[in-house]
Formats: sequence, structure tokens, C-alpha cells
Amino acid sequence: MVSLALKGVGVSYGRRMVLQGVDTPELRGGEVVAVIGANAAGKSSLFRRIAGLVLGTGQVSISGNSIVAGRARPSACYLPQDTAVNAVLTVYESILLAFKQGGSWSVSDAELRRIDAVLRELEIEDLAFRGLGELSGGQRQLVSIAQTLAREPDILLLDEPTSALDLHRQFEVLSLVRRLAHERRMLVLISIHDINQALRFADKVMVLAHSRLVALGAPREIVTPALLADVYGVRARVEVLDGDQPHVIVEGSVKHAA
Amino acid sequence: MNSQVNLQVSSTVTATAPAQGTEARFAYRALSFRRRLILAGLFCLLLASFVVDLMLGPARYSATQVLDALLDPAGVPAALRVVIWDIRLPVALMAVVTGASLAVAGAQMQTILNNPLASPFTLGISAAASFGAALALVFGVGLLPIAADYIVPINAFLVAMATALLIHVLSQSRGVTTETVILLGIALVFTFNALLALLQFFASEQALGAVVFWMMGSLTKASWSKLAITTGVFVLSLPFFFRHAWALTTLRLGDDKAASFGINVRRLRLEIMLLVSLLAAVPVSFVGTIGFIGLVGPHIARMVIGEDQRFFLPASALAGAAILSASSVVSKSLIPGLIFPISIVTALIGVPFFFSLIMSSRKRAW
Repeated sequence: MVSLALKGVGVSYGRRMVLQGVDTPELRGGEVVAVIGANAAGKSSLFRRIAGLVLGTGQVSISGNSIVAGRARPSACYLPQDTAVNAVLTVYESILLAFKQGGSWSVSDAELRRIDAVLRELEIEDLAFRGLGELSGGQRQLVSIAQTLAREPDILLLDEPTSALDLHRQFEVLSLVRRLAHERRMLVLISIHDINQALRFADKVMVLAHSRLVALGAPREIVTPALLADVYGVRARVEVLDGDQPHVIVEGSVKHAA
Repeated sequence: MNSQVNLQVSSTVTATAPAQGTEARFAYRALSFRRRLILAGLFCLLLASFVVDLMLGPARYSATQVLDALLDPAGVPAALRVVIWDIRLPVALMAVVTGASLAVAGAQMQTILNNPLASPFTLGISAAASFGAALALVFGVGLLPIAADYIVPINAFLVAMATALLIHVLSQSRGVTTETVILLGIALVFTFNALLALLQFFASEQALGAVVFWMMGSLTKASWSKLAITTGVFVLSLPFFFRHAWALTTLRLGDDKAASFGINVRRLRLEIMLLVSLLAAVPVSFVGTIGFIGLVGPHIARMVIGEDQRFFLPASALAGAAILSASSVVSKSLIPGLIFPISIVTALIGVPFFFSLIMSSRKRAW
């Protein structure tokens, strides 16, 4: 089973340090970890660092092996936030590209069945032969999720994958991600702005603020009014709903209260 | 099951969604088959244009005579054999290879820079080649100590390659976007045009005529040796593009996604840029400036076949070759006995044709 551990991980762009000293215990396959934090907290940079797309300090270990910075790991797949493209390709072709790199020009039936299965799983068969440029924001996100799932990675890094989806689709996609994580023993790191969605679907929550990791653990253990005030600058209550699930109710801004 | 799949008539890029219960893979197979048919159609168009190109000239021959001369040179009159094999064939083949090279170079520049305006012409590579050629034509300055016959093409090639490298080095600088690269290319076009004007200002009347003629582009400069070099570069570059077909297609999904899918984006971009610069510089250095093909060929290919490089690459090559071959035909047909400079014809025919395609296309090509 795959595992991921970060030791002193940092990322900077020029002189601007966006992330520093991130240490985590070993995160194991089969878990969904929600990464939350205010805008520009370093969530995307953390994902890109784990995926090997940017250089940085510290050590990222996947299943005990330190990854080479600047080189993507086949076992970790990163879904970027901005998914707008103007390529003249169909959805079907774009999913094929996700796992068809190098090798033969011919496409086998098994590979096509793999695409069919992903389309079915996300219930987007009707988009199969639409051009990528014709998709709405939400449809683009679904297609990007399909591409990442088609790669069948061990570690899935989803950067705000549901920001353009309606409520129903958010629920469907997050449920699917959670189910696949458990079934395939895949480690999923997912950044979501809707904190209640994060609490509902994640096994663990990782909180980033002030360029650092400030908390990591089970949702009901770490999400507190004090943490929410520190990270988001809001006054909030945390209630526990049926099924032992925490739920955040925002009451106002800390700044206004002061 | 294939018969249940309907493909749209208007565009090959997309097909209708598969009917209820039909797996999408059958529609994909049908789409791939249709794209192969389009490639075959483009090849037939090119072949027809090539034969007509051989038929036309001061002496006009029938298609049968041309085919006889090609297939059985010993069995036809000597005059026919000499005209076809020694005069027209190198020129007609040069049109095909040059058109294919420029279109493939344009297609890959557009792919790696993610910009529809990229082409050897708009990035200043053609203007650089003109300046290098003019240096030799006006002052007899050779950038390499080589045979006088090759001073002009070698100068053109070296300056074009140096420009391509400059574009690449600057494009790798931090914060440089693909739009910046295009702007840089436009700035280079103006710079080289100004330098060219300066050379023309100092040029003798005879040299001035030679520079102007070179800049207009002419396939009549073709010879078997120049054709062999141009074809060699084109043919040798193809395996590299073919090997990276999937990666190049994936580049169009964005750098982050491509990198996440395991592609070394930076390295691929460098290798492709160097190769397409060579591909663009060699034909231009032999036949002069021929604009438009590198821009329009890929656009036509993209409109009819999409951007899967397995189809897009050959379609671009065939479209570019067919356009330049057809332009060669037209350049000989406008006024009997007179051959118009090829770049005038490509622009005059290509622009209206291109606009009509854009305006009639229901799908956005970018």
C-alpha cells in the first residue's frame, strides 16, 4: 500500500516563500485528506511539490522513496486548478492522453474500455465526443477528474476539483473519490474551500496557514472555533451532527467583531 | 454495432454521443477511421496537384505523357524526359517538400508555444533568413568559408537558426509567456526588415534585384541536390515527431497537466524548437521567403482533423504540400510563359481561402 511522508517541505518562487517546514506523519493509501486554508495559503504549491512539478526544500517520500524534484512521479497524479484549454480534442481523446504516453500509436480495446469505464463512473458518457473548448466550467472539472482517475494513480492530488460543480455534482464526485480511495487503497489529497464538504468526506484534515502546516488530524479533533478564527479570520461555531460529524456555522468576521 | 454510430458531417473533430447502451469506444474507432479517410483524401489532392504541376510550363503535356515519362523514362521522347526529369520534377517535388516542411514546422511551433499565430514567418525566422541571404547577395559576405554556390542558403540558414535559438533562450526566461514570445517574434520581423532595407539601400542595382527576387521566393531555384538536403531534413525529423506524438498532443492540455502525466515539458519544448527551426530554415534558405504556409497549413489540418498528432502531423504536412503545389500550378497558369514568384501566389490565393474556411467553420479551431 502506498504511503506519503513530508519532512521539512518548503516551496518558494524567487524570494517569496509560499510554504515552509511542512512535516507530516506517514499518510497511508485508502485515506482522503482534505487540505484547507485561506487563499494563497500554499495548497497548490504543496500539491505541485508532492507531484514533483516544482523544486523546493525538504523531502517528499512516497512509499519510502524520496522523489526527484522537477520530475513527475507516475504514482502521483496532480489535477491542477485551472483546467481551461483551447485544444481541438474531444473529451474521449483527452482521457486517453492521461495514461497513453510513449509506446505504440495504436490504441487497444483494453485502453478504450478503461476510458469507457471512467466515463460511466462519472456519468459523463454524453460528453465523450464533445470538444474540450465547448465544455462549461463544471464539465471541464468532471473531465479533468476523469483524466486523473483514468491514470489509476496511487496518490491523487485534487486541487479544488469541485469549485465549479453544482451541489449534486459535488456530492457525487466527492462520494466517488472517497469510494475509490477506499476500494483502490489510493491516498487522496484534496483541497476544498467548502469546509463542511471537507469535514464530511475527509478522513483527515490538513490545515495550512501563514505558509505553514498548522494542524493535521481527524476532523472533529482539530477543527475548532479558535483554529477557524486563526486561519480564516471568522467567528464560527462547530456543532457535531448525527454520525459524529462536525459542522461549521460561520457567525461573522473576527475583524468586525473587534 | 458500428452502424449505430453517427458522425457529424460538418466536423471530424467531434462525433455525436454514442446511442444509449453503445460503448463510446466504437464511436472512437469510427472517428479514427474517418480521419484516415481524410488523410487519404488530402493525399489524393496533393497527388493530383503534383501531376498538374508537372503538366504545366512553356510546353504543356497531358497527364498520360507525364505519367509515362515518370514510370517509363526510357520509353518516351528525350525532350519530354529531359523537361520532366531535369527541369520540372525537382521544382514540383521541392514545392511538395517545402510546403510539408513549413507546415509541420508551423504546426509544432503552434503546439509548443500554445499560440495559433506562431509560424516561421511570424516568429521572424523567415525574415532572419532573408537578412542572411541579403548579406551574401549584397556584400558577398559568407558566414562560413564554403563554396560560392551555397553562400546564400548557408547564410540564410545560419541567421535563421541563430534567431530560433535566441527566441528559445528568451522564451525560457522567467515570467515569459507564449504571448511574449509571439511579440518578440514580431519585433524580430521588424528588426530584420529594417536591416534588410538598410542593405538594400547600399546595394547595387543588380544586387538589389537579386535580393528582391530572393525575398519573393522562387521554386525555380530548386535542384536535385537542394531537394535532397531539404527532403533529408524533413524525413529525418519525422521519426522524432512521431515518437513524441502522444506527448505533443498532451502539451495542448496545459503544462501542469502534461507534466503531471509524466512529460518532461521543458526538455520536449527545447528539442522540438530546435528541430522545427531546422525544418523551417532549410527550405527557406534554398527557395527564399515563402510565408503563410506555416500558418495556414496547420490551421486547415486542425479544422478538418483535430489535434491528435497522429493525424494532425500528417494532415498538416499534406495540407502544406498541397497548398504550395497548387500555388506552383497557379503561378504558371496566370500568364502563359511567365512564372510568378511563389510567395505572391500563396498569399493571394491562401488568404481568401483561409478566410472562407474560418468564416464557414461552425467549430472554433482554437
